[in-house]
Amino acid sequence: MAIFEYAPAPESRDLVDIKASYGLFIDGEFVDGAGAPFKTVNPATEETLAEVATASADDVDRAVRAARKAFGGWSALPGAERAKYLFRIARIIQERARELAVLESLDNGKPIRESRDVDVPLVAAHFFYYAGWADKLEYAGFGTKPLGVAGQVIPWNFPLLMLAWKIAPALACGNTVVLKPAETTPLSALWFADICRQAELPPGVVNIVTGAGETGAAVVGHPEVDKVAFTGSTEVGRIIARAVAGTGKKLTLELGGKAANIVFEDAAIDQAVEGIVNGIFFNQGHVCCAGSRLLVQESVQEELLASLKRRLATLRVGDPLDKNTDVGAINSAEQLAKIRELSAVGESEGAERWSPACELPERGFWFPPTIFTGVAQSHTIARDEIFGPVLSVLTFRTPAEAVEKANNTPYGLSAGIWTEKGSRILWMADKLRAGVVWANTFNKFDPASPFGGYKESGYGREGGLHGLEAYLDV
Amino acid sequence: MSVATTSLADVASSEAALRAFLHGLPGVDRVGADQRAAMLGTRSIKTTAKAQAIDLAISMVDLTTLEGADTAGKVRAMCTKAVHPGGGAPRVAAVCVYPDLVEVAVQALAGTGVKVASVATAFPSGRSSLEVKVSDTALAVAAGADEIDMVIDRGAFLSGRYLKVFEEIVAVKAACGPAHLKVILETGELATYDNVRRASWLAMLAGADFIKTSTGKVAPAATLPVTLIMLEAVRDFRDATGRQVGVKPAGGIRTTKDAIKNLVLVHETAGDDWLSPDWFRLGASSLLNDLLMQRQKLATGRYAGPDYFTLD
Repeated sequence: MAIFEYAPAPESRDLVDIKASYGLFIDGEFVDGAGAPFKTVNPATEETLAEVATASADDVDRAVRAARKAFGGWSALPGAERAKYLFRIARIIQERARELAVLESLDNGKPIRESRDVDVPLVAAHFFYYAGWADKLEYAGFGTKPLGVAGQVIPWNFPLLMLAWKIAPALACGNTVVLKPAETTPLSALWFADICRQAELPPGVVNIVTGAGETGAAVVGHPEVDKVAFTGSTEVGRIIARAVAGTGKKLTLELGGKAANIVFEDAAIDQAVEGIVNGIFFNQGHVCCAGSRLLVQESVQEELLASLKRRLATLRVGDPLDKNTDVGAINSAEQLAKIRELSAVGESEGAERWSPACELPERGFWFPPTIFTGVAQSHTIARDEIFGPVLSVLTFRTPAEAVEKANNTPYGLSAGIWTEKGSRILWMADKLRAGVVWANTFNKFDPASPFGGYKESGYGREGGLHGLEAYLDV
Repeated sequence: MSVATTSLADVASSEAALRAFLHGLPGVDRVGADQRAAMLGTRSIKTTAKAQAIDLAISMVDLTTLEGADTAGKVRAMCTKAVHPGGGAPRVAAVCVYPDLVEVAVQALAGTGVKVASVATAFPSGRSSLEVKVSDTALAVAAGADEIDMVIDRGAFLSGRYLKVFEEIVAVKAACGPAHLKVILETGELATYDNVRRASWLAMLAGADFIKTSTGKVAPAATLPVTLIMLEAVRDFRDATGRQVGVKPAGGIRTTKDAIKNLVLVHETAGDDWLSPDWFRLGASSLLNDLLMQRQKLATGRYAGPDYFTLD
């Protein structure tokens, strides 16, 4: 036995009671869907968690009509009244936090430490934050007129958090919502539907339609939808932009990224290493703003890489429900295949691949934390979004070169700067073409801080005062 | 840390060289260090791991009494507890007393394997001449102390006179002879994490066998981030020089939970090479009883009342 080995410390799965099948949530009721139901699996074990209804175009139509019907009453409520519902939802989320954290880890594969300490607290914080705006819209500067029915399509990487980013500002501004969660992670949205009922939210204000791409297309394409909000891949974002073009619908897109995490020679090295790890291995790298390109100044490259490798060897990969797990399961077989494929391309193009010795569970979808060194700008792994626990390491000599390399990507969602020199932080932040620039930290989120991209990372901002603009008739 | 070993020989050749070296160490970002320590504090150590950790922690305790009111009788009682904590628990690492009580402790602990540590150098403030500090050390060593816990001159450190601090440590180390030297940085008075890192390196360069956070007389004493930074320092120092230095957080560690968090820090920062009483100590007085109580709870499933644990 090793000197000190952590015993398994699993969070109780019994905290959530998952039924065999789930329907759609339309007009305040759970109803059957017309499409063929699909299964949602636990990516850590491949066990089927539940069967979930697929919403057909007709089902989506019913959901949009329910939202339209509810819009009149909801938008006419005084802001302070709408705020009461949002505050109530926020408090119920806090009360049911453990249950939601376990559910999210089961359906998504992310470690319970993250769902418990990051996802769920941020979800509650988002509802609290936008509850506060509901009766103060006239001071925000975007008017007070809601748009109508918002059609929202969200990804699988932060199922409940992306729901909160979409629904909280929409409701605060007086809109009603038809939301489609991702097909691999529909459960927490259905739990949220239950929370809406618990909060006695008027029927039709929030509708949840589950399904795959076709259902999403039906939501986006529905003529009675006034506003489309999408978070997901740039590829799907383009399709949506085309579908919405010329319809008069308002659109916000939050798409992919290939963020540069830039470490200067004078950085606080130990904290920079933590930031690099947090930047790319948080949520298995399934983060659109992940720091997937490490740009390190040549003079400290060797030292930094040695520290980084030593740190990676301490990452605990495995059972997402174990409270000591740092890196959980890849969300789906499809995503795992994509990560494997791009990593193979990295090797074949000549980058050097390294992973710490780590035992992966036999069942489920797993990929070890991986870094590629000797990566050049022209390598595929430095250009394409991998959306997995894979870091590409590049070097630079001067601040100007760092800026040039960081900006040399079609994306522009986020960036990180690590230096003890304050003036350099400001200089860099001014030149980086990225929606979010973190200094001496990474992957920090707060409901008061706007989030969104430049270039092919999308348009519009979510969060903060700016997040209201997308849901008001400016 | 890639500090070339050759350069370390000349580090203390002048005040300027020493300052340049210490200020050339990578900085510590307070927010990031606090966050890392807090994250490691959430590790969930249960069942077999907890049992293992409790026994390990007990074996690392420096059972301490440093009061003006200490008597020979009190020290003897504490020594008995150090050897027989009760319930079949392992003995602790050392007892720590003032120099005048070293002899009592040495007699009480002869042949038990428990070491005798003594604070010296005008503990806890360190406000005396080098001459007095050295003779204070010599007194404790002559009485049979295995380990000396010295304090650094914080006034000199904070005013940038690093060479003075360095030379004092070298002088005290020489006075220690075969006894191990623990250098107390009194991190609660150093104010910044950058200073904690610099003081750690300064002490190690001057020959410390251990670096220790605090006297226990100043708050805050051993916080998790400070211990984290010191663990990073000994890790980097070994990488650079090949010499391993121990770490001792002291003061403010009262519960089993606190002790286990410290072990988690060691495990995930410096590594398991430090997970032994030879390289990691917990300076504490009230911690031992909580460890014993949790140990019994794990073994029996029940908490016993406080009357079942001895007050020494």
